[in-house]
Amino acid sequence: MSTAPPAGTPTGTPEYLRAAVQRLLAAHDPAHTPAAEFLGARYDAGLAWIHFPVGSGGLGAPRALQQLVNDEFTAAGAPVLDSGRHGIGLGMAAPTLLAFGDEEIRRRFLRPLWTGEEVWCQLFSEPGAGSDLAALATRAVRDGDHWVVDGQKVWTSLAHEAQWAILVTRTDPNVPKHRGMTYFICDMTAPGVEVRPLRQATGEAEFNEVFLTGVRIPDAHRLGAVGDGWRVATTTLMNERVAIGGHAEPREGGLIGLLAGTWRERPELRTPGLHDALLRLWVDAEAARLTGERLRQQLAAGQPGPEGSAAKLAFARLNQQISGLELELLGEEGLLYDDWTFRRPASPSMLQGTPGYRYLRAKGNSIEGGTSEILRGIIAERVLGLPQEIRVDKDVAWKDLPR
Amino acid sequence: MSTGRGPGGTGQRQPPDLGYSEVEQELRANVRALVAARSPQSAVLARTESAEPVDTGLWRALGAELGVTGLAVPEHLGGAGAGWRETAVVLEELGRATAAVPYLGSCVLATAALLAVGDTELLPGVASGERVAALAVPFATAPGAAFPVGVTATGDGLLRGAVGRVADALTADVLLVPALTAEGSPGLWAVRGAAVDPLVSLDMTRPLADLRFDGVPGRLLARGPDALAALDAALTTGAALLAAEQLGVAEWALETTLGYVRTRHQFGRPVGSFQAVKHRLADLWVAVTQLRAVARYAADTVATGSPDAPVAASVAQAFASQVAVTAAEEAVQLHGGIGFTWEHPAHLYLKRAKSASIALGTADRHRARLAGLVDLPYPVQEQQA
Repeated sequence: MSTAPPAGTPTGTPEYLRAAVQRLLAAHDPAHTPAAEFLGARYDAGLAWIHFPVGSGGLGAPRALQQLVNDEFTAAGAPVLDSGRHGIGLGMAAPTLLAFGDEEIRRRFLRPLWTGEEVWCQLFSEPGAGSDLAALATRAVRDGDHWVVDGQKVWTSLAHEAQWAILVTRTDPNVPKHRGMTYFICDMTAPGVEVRPLRQATGEAEFNEVFLTGVRIPDAHRLGAVGDGWRVATTTLMNERVAIGGHAEPREGGLIGLLAGTWRERPELRTPGLHDALLRLWVDAEAARLTGERLRQQLAAGQPGPEGSAAKLAFARLNQQISGLELELLGEEGLLYDDWTFRRPASPSMLQGTPGYRYLRAKGNSIEGGTSEILRGIIAERVLGLPQEIRVDKDVAWKDLPR
Repeated sequence: MSTGRGPGGTGQRQPPDLGYSEVEQELRANVRALVAARSPQSAVLARTESAEPVDTGLWRALGAELGVTGLAVPEHLGGAGAGWRETAVVLEELGRATAAVPYLGSCVLATAALLAVGDTELLPGVASGERVAALAVPFATAPGAAFPVGVTATGDGLLRGAVGRVADALTADVLLVPALTAEGSPGLWAVRGAAVDPLVSLDMTRPLADLRFDGVPGRLLARGPDALAALDAALTTGAALLAAEQLGVAEWALETTLGYVRTRHQFGRPVGSFQAVKHRLADLWVAVTQLRAVARYAADTVATGSPDAPVAASVAQAFASQVAVTAAEEAVQLHGGIGFTWEHPAHLYLKRAKSASIALGTADRHRARLAGLVDLPYPVQEQQA
């Protein structure tokens, strides 16, 4: 049953939205409703992404009011999805599906994505194309109303859990690299998809290598025009940086809270030098937090822009500095690690890990989701308007590039 | 008075507004236009070497034409009845121009003290800009510093003593002087007619002065806890809003440098096309973006009387000082030779930024203050054998 409002209702007002939330909460007590069922009802009521269209989890309401809706649900103890498991679906796949998927695509994919029934992953990076994403080599060849995909992807979080993937491929090797790409939705259970764990410096495997061998994808699962994959991928990447950087956190909400907690509880570890370093990082963390809050306030009113890159850059540096100081503060204890045995974390979170894990894992923060060097380049060129890097491969057909 | 003096813990607050309202953006445009017309950069430099280092023409225009000298003062006392958020916007623009006017001293430090003591006599003149007031404390004084004891008052209200390195005192008509009363308790006095000795200051656009009181009559504004509270309100508000001025300095440095490296060619390409330069400027932009959030938060806490104001002010000073100085230093460096010359204005910003990093407490003092406010105690000294 749909609880979407009838045409002509002023759905974009705070009063309407508050009342709609209360109606939903009255009909589905969050304390006694399974999470997926509750989230399904929230989707059907258009209270998932309120700025999405009616029927796609939204009400066509102003994006600025999303926070109000989220706050009302949080206050009522309503379920939310684990961002470790569903971050890619919610943060990257959903806005891309909305922007480039047709009615059919949105109807099929958005609801199970929102309820958490279907997990998504992102098949972007390749062994030969990391930061230079547009150099990717995974080939998609048309075969009637299907495409046949062959290639290898890497650094794929959640590939071993995911039902679906967003996938960028090479469909025309005869044109320059940015123009010959096409974007698809890939069924991770299709024949020819093989997922192998990729063990990282922490000892565990959050990521995977994904081998694609003769994987058949229906043309109906293409997002955007043939050859227009770079533009679609850019939408995904913009949203990725926002998803990584644009959180509203309470003071001491991140790694700095753990470090400050250890400082308060363990007076025997304190030294004057560490005190100075701790306070510097505490101030930097507060600055990053306020910047994230300011970014969130701006995003609430508009669309994601390159400012998300600044937040991501700042958090990566901060996480590395804080986790490094934490090991030094612990002194002798910092010489130990908890467990080097191979394992696959259910939901990776630095806040739940050990100090040694945090130190090692934070090293990935300046690489994943765009290296800090790439982000500085984006800021310099797109925000500050500085001249572009000299690009020798810009007008060369992809097949003629040195590899 | 809106400066909170609560425990300053980490409790949850009303969501702060970290943006700018339409009114504030309009205010910014008006101040920027006035400053550009009355105090162009060439004039700023020329004035530093003249007999009149303070720009009284710009000051009169800020008061009489724009009416921004009394933004924080209620309307019934002759002010605009706006608040500290709007005052911060004016400071951003004055920082961008390294304008030589006593705005921080009169419209922020002295105004905050007068509001705290409930003064009705001096505020109307200060709000209109017809009268300049200055808080007679060393400019490096941090919020929470010990009450100054350099000046004492006799039973009949005559002040004796000295205060060194006071900002915005050269043009002040009235000085607000923290001094010990005859009984030895803190007091705050309004004083005219002290001896003012100008100093050669690192910041040429905000000259400092030494003050001497040789039995000068003063009027008692507050005593005891009220005097302490007024001084604390002034210094906390000042530290919070100085960050807005530092933001203006940093923004000018970043924007001017960007303009230069886009057009200056070396080795057959714009200097700004070299990755080493681009990445430094990207990092600087991130820092300035963060400073904006920090400065807006600090202004918002004093404007709303939030109990988090002391924490926000110290975070602001610990952060803003570093960013503004880095921005000015990067401007000098990335301008190459021209950035080191007297004729280019970069040095005015370097001098303003470095002085501001010491004013109202260094970053180090604010971090030490934060340690107490947010419960991150200093190590207990071990006994030496």
